[in-house]
Amino acid sequence: MKSSVIVFPGSNCDRDIAVALEKMQFQNQMVWHKETKLPKSDLIVIPGGFSYGDYLRSGAIAGKSSIIDEVIKAANSGCLVLGICNGFQILTETGLLKGTLLRNKNLKFINRDVNIKVINNKTKFTSKYISNQILKINIAHNEGNYFTDLSHLEELQKENLIAFKYCNEQGNINEDSNPNGAIENIAGIFNSKKNILGMMPHPERMVDKYISNTDGVNLFSSILK
Amino acid sequence: MKFSVTVTLKKDVLDPQGKVVQNTLIDLGMNNLKSIRQGKFFEIEIEEKDEKKAEQKVEEMCNKLLVNLIIEDYRITRI
Repeated sequence: MKSSVIVFPGSNCDRDIAVALEKMQFQNQMVWHKETKLPKSDLIVIPGGFSYGDYLRSGAIAGKSSIIDEVIKAANSGCLVLGICNGFQILTETGLLKGTLLRNKNLKFINRDVNIKVINNKTKFTSKYISNQILKINIAHNEGNYFTDLSHLEELQKENLIAFKYCNEQGNINEDSNPNGAIENIAGIFNSKKNILGMMPHPERMVDKYISNTDGVNLFSSILK
Repeated sequence: MKFSVTVTLKKDVLDPQGKVVQNTLIDLGMNNLKSIRQGKFFEIEIEEKDEKKAEQKVEEMCNKLLVNLIIEDYRITRI
């Protein structure tokens, strides 16, 4: 399977995701944001980091770069797109995913492992997980507080477009297990066709038991299936 | 022609920075302070003689990049 990782000035998780993809046997290519053509890809990843130093709003400038037009075209024709952390912020800025990511409620940059629950495991990104499985995945962000309007929130719930929710070790989803104030504890969402996933946690950091754990592996093996 | 654009978070969107600034000012003794909303300010110079056209251009800038319409409101003023 072929993957492309889009690299912006200020991306800093591009190498990590490339290592994870290669470890999972993807044939990966790095694509600089100034490119106007995308190599043939089954999966496009927008990596984490601080594209353009978070100027204006996180992801705002990257969301207008020349390669993004190609990403939008590919996404609209069904290509899988995964946005992690800053990648999620960029996807909301492009309009490929609805809603936005506000500053963390406590105004602090949060870098720690948190628990998330798999809400929808019937998608191309999550089919190898068990429904309601609890994962431990690292988050590292300043703007992870997902926000959207009421009608979109209803759509997310009705159409089963919520991928992951923050929870505690027992799987309880409540205010105490919400690290950043995200609406309904949302950690990741799909678009209506479920070929685009945006998530704040970093699955690429969880693919090696000697470094962290392997809770992110099934996300990539779901895509490979 | 010069314009200013003020961008603020919508009324029902939580503004944690504004809240912290507000609490600090209250700590400094500003007891009659009712509320503070923090925002962004842009000063835009545009080469255009027709005010209406210039303002439309600034509006386009707001919609295309400067403002996230999901969470932010903006106000354009000629300066």
